[in-house]
Amino acid sequence: MSESTSAPSAPEVAAVGLPSVPGTESAPRNRNDFLYYGLRNKKLIFGVSLEFILVLAAIIGPMLAKNPPLQTTNLPLQHPNGKLWLGTDLTGYDLYSQLTNGLRESYLIGALGAAFASVVGMALGFIAGWRGGWVDEVLQMITNVIVMIPSLVLLIVIGSYLSSRSILFEGAFIGLTTWPWVARAVRAQTFTLRSREYVDLARLSGKRPVAIIVKEIAPNMASYLFLTVVLLFGSSMLIASSYDFLGLGPSGVVSIGWILNQAENGSALLYHLWWWFVPPVAVLTAMVAALLIANVGLDEVFNPKLRDQ
Amino acid sequence: MSVNVQNLSVAYRSRRGDVTAVDNVSFSLTDGEIMGLAGESGSGKSTLGNSLVYLDPRMKATGGKVTVDGKDLPIADNNAMRRKRMTEVSLVPQYAMSALTPTRKIGRLISDLLKSHHIKNRDEVLAELNRRLALIGLKEDVLSKYSFELSGGMRQRVTIIMSSLLNPSLLVADEVTSALDVSTQRAVGEMLLEFRDRGYIKSAIAITHDLSILAQIADSIAIMYAGRLAERAPTSVIVDNPLHPYTQALLASLPEVGVRHEQVTLTGIPGRPPSLVNPPSGCRFRARCPFAFDKCTQTPPFEEIKPGHMVACWKVSQEQHTVTAGVGQEQA
Amino acid sequence: MRRYLTRKLITYVLAFFVGVTLDWALPHLMPGNPIQGMLSKYDVGSNASYSALYQQFSSEFGLNVPLWQQYLNFWHGVLTGNLGVSIYENPASVTSVVFQAMPYTLALLVPAILLSYSLGNRLGAAAARRKFLDNWVLPVGYIFQAIPYAGLALLVPYLFGSLWHLFPTSLGYGENLIPTFDWTFIASLLDHWFLPFLTVFIVSLGGWAIGMRNLVIYELENDSSRYLRALGASERVVRGYAYRNASLPQLSGLALQLGVVIGGNIVTEIAFQYPGLGNLIYKAISNEDYFLLQGIFIFIVIGVLLANFIIDLVIISVDPRTRLSMQGATA
Repeated sequence: MSESTSAPSAPEVAAVGLPSVPGTESAPRNRNDFLYYGLRNKKLIFGVSLEFILVLAAIIGPMLAKNPPLQTTNLPLQHPNGKLWLGTDLTGYDLYSQLTNGLRESYLIGALGAAFASVVGMALGFIAGWRGGWVDEVLQMITNVIVMIPSLVLLIVIGSYLSSRSILFEGAFIGLTTWPWVARAVRAQTFTLRSREYVDLARLSGKRPVAIIVKEIAPNMASYLFLTVVLLFGSSMLIASSYDFLGLGPSGVVSIGWILNQAENGSALLYHLWWWFVPPVAVLTAMVAALLIANVGLDEVFNPKLRDQ
Repeated sequence: MSVNVQNLSVAYRSRRGDVTAVDNVSFSLTDGEIMGLAGESGSGKSTLGNSLVYLDPRMKATGGKVTVDGKDLPIADNNAMRRKRMTEVSLVPQYAMSALTPTRKIGRLISDLLKSHHIKNRDEVLAELNRRLALIGLKEDVLSKYSFELSGGMRQRVTIIMSSLLNPSLLVADEVTSALDVSTQRAVGEMLLEFRDRGYIKSAIAITHDLSILAQIADSIAIMYAGRLAERAPTSVIVDNPLHPYTQALLASLPEVGVRHEQVTLTGIPGRPPSLVNPPSGCRFRARCPFAFDKCTQTPPFEEIKPGHMVACWKVSQEQHTVTAGVGQEQA
Repeated sequence: MRRYLTRKLITYVLAFFVGVTLDWALPHLMPGNPIQGMLSKYDVGSNASYSALYQQFSSEFGLNVPLWQQYLNFWHGVLTGNLGVSIYENPASVTSVVFQAMPYTLALLVPAILLSYSLGNRLGAAAARRKFLDNWVLPVGYIFQAIPYAGLALLVPYLFGSLWHLFPTSLGYGENLIPTFDWTFIASLLDHWFLPFLTVFIVSLGGWAIGMRNLVIYELENDSSRYLRALGASERVVRGYAYRNASLPQLSGLALQLGVVIGGNIVTEIAFQYPGLGNLIYKAISNEDYFLLQGIFIFIVIGVLLANFIIDLVIISVDPRTRLSMQGATA
């Protein structure tokens, strides 16, 4: 299998990406085609709708909470009821409030991580793919090395020395350890598209490399890039939840991983406080699953070969 | 007749409805005949050729009948066709360069195919395989190689050998020379002729857009335009005396050896082939034809103008009828 | 093949180098001072004794020499297998503590990876050809892939432990047992092993299944499959070839996923208090046992590199292109 058919992928969800060739001639070339297929693709619709609902919940949810997430209601161990929709925990914190805040924070961290990874990954991937030669070799080596270092352990080592961490730090760390996935994909596509005729034409007509990258290559890769970023977003959220669960998350931030950490430490299992951890897990799973499914649907829209007709 | 195609139509599904790629095509081949099938991209020639062997799931046969050696060829029935593939009808695909799987040695690939066809005397077949390889100058060790170890020309030839190994009655060769350099093109062309002469293949359809190669190897040529046959005649007739305006324009647009561009400007055919989603009524070449007149809004029949020479054109048809009428008058 | 291997070896050496350097450098770049941290736990009376102890520890842990020398000493330690003494398990050496925990982690990781990979691949391939199977493999696969490790690490023990009382939910073996090679102990080992194993297994399974499904679908549609069909090969033969071709990118994917699985493993071990390396990390942090922490990191890095190497060897033996052609497969 040639490189140009490598799947868009991201660490935690690496296997989901479909091996599709970007810029295929029969891909939707205009908005109408895209809308036509897009609106008819069940996976895309389902994924986008679900994600939309969740984002809405992240925005509106906290506003509907009756108590701040870290302020005790003095009513510990309450089952979900009419007043406290998701009950309370050991200390009496309002779990609905925590979950909706957690939604927000998890989205934020995920977006940050994906943003960092995308920027770095795309830049380095373009350079490697465009320049080729030894620049490419060196960058590839760096990429391979980073992928091999287990990032969770690294963060544990780093995190144990830091007294406090910020959201920015976590986002940057996730970004800096997952950019290789983006870079790999971008590099492969740049290689493929670099040798296409229209690029040669642009070169012959004297366009500068940056202009060529922006005007000729990027639009053709846009779909592929978008898919990669979507996957990365989901992957970042999952990674962040692991970090937060281990207590390595940003200090004082209520994220879904943090809630799970609290549940674990608060013996939620022992006391059968299922409402403490089941809703957060379900919600986070939905957040990521919706992205994955939408991603697959999107891939089918961009690549006619994959559609079941 | 070795191969007989009657009123064959093939369509494929698209977002905008069914697109008829092959529209009511009829022709026949005698034993030992190599017919060239030529036309522009999108003319339907590839669809036509491929449909005789393997009908892509996205396509469907919407009408017509095909017989090979007197027996019906059930092209629409995938299961029934499986037995006949490689044994009665076979294909050298357009994608021959990537047709051989990269993870199996060639020899293993061939023996797996033989097993699939429940060939009893496999050793004999393999011995014959070795003979044929030697015939075209490929060493026996090709069988223990992987496809990526072979050059393009070798891959093309190996594919032809594989596809014709079980001596099919009809071999459809889709653009077998397109990806090759000129000397390899010649070698492949000669290979087809040799195989036909030795009876490895009974008859063949060579699909290409390159008329010059057909002039070398084909006994007859069929010209296709926008899903329909425009003209069909023995090669010498097509080359020396084409009747259909499209064929004439095609030949005129070929560069001649020795002619410099200062002397003669290359002319193409102005305009583009019509879309097959909503094809124009009547003759489809009408819009680009210098001889079009009012009758052309009706579909011209594919009729035998002279023995062995079929043309679908009103102008030709009319001229022919005038001649026969004139002759008839003289004789009367 | 030679070029492929050379490239890989250079990457391994580089990765090891970077790993060791990071491991050594990070504690020194971080705020805080390990010796101070250690001493803060002891209730040291006077300033004099404090500074004396400080000197003592500094020299004992080799921190009283210039940085570059510390760096070289560290390398020396790594290469001779002497990673110092664990603070937490004083006077046991870091290496011995790690080796004690390693079998547990391996017992978790190796079966989970191998089983989820092979089962996932088979499921995926089956789903690629049977529409009705596909209809539920796909959504279930996505859900499994989307579940955070932390989530499963809570759900699994809750369901199988707290709720249904099928398996124990913490530790490596029964609290009242002493490690011996008798059946009771082994049974207890397995009993405690099952849920953590299940957790790591489930998350990976979904990913492999979906990945394989997609790869097989792609292979079933590509030119070599079309040619086989055009020559009348049975669908079974076509499928077999597709599966074979699809396995190669999956193998490469396995190497890439190792870092992720290790992360998940750590989360699982910590949640289950399973006495493997992950749990050891946790203990090392709580006890501010930096040397143990550094030692564990080295071992994990070595483990990952080794596993990568093994997978590379498997790829070479399975993929003729890597074996024979001048250009290696791109990783």
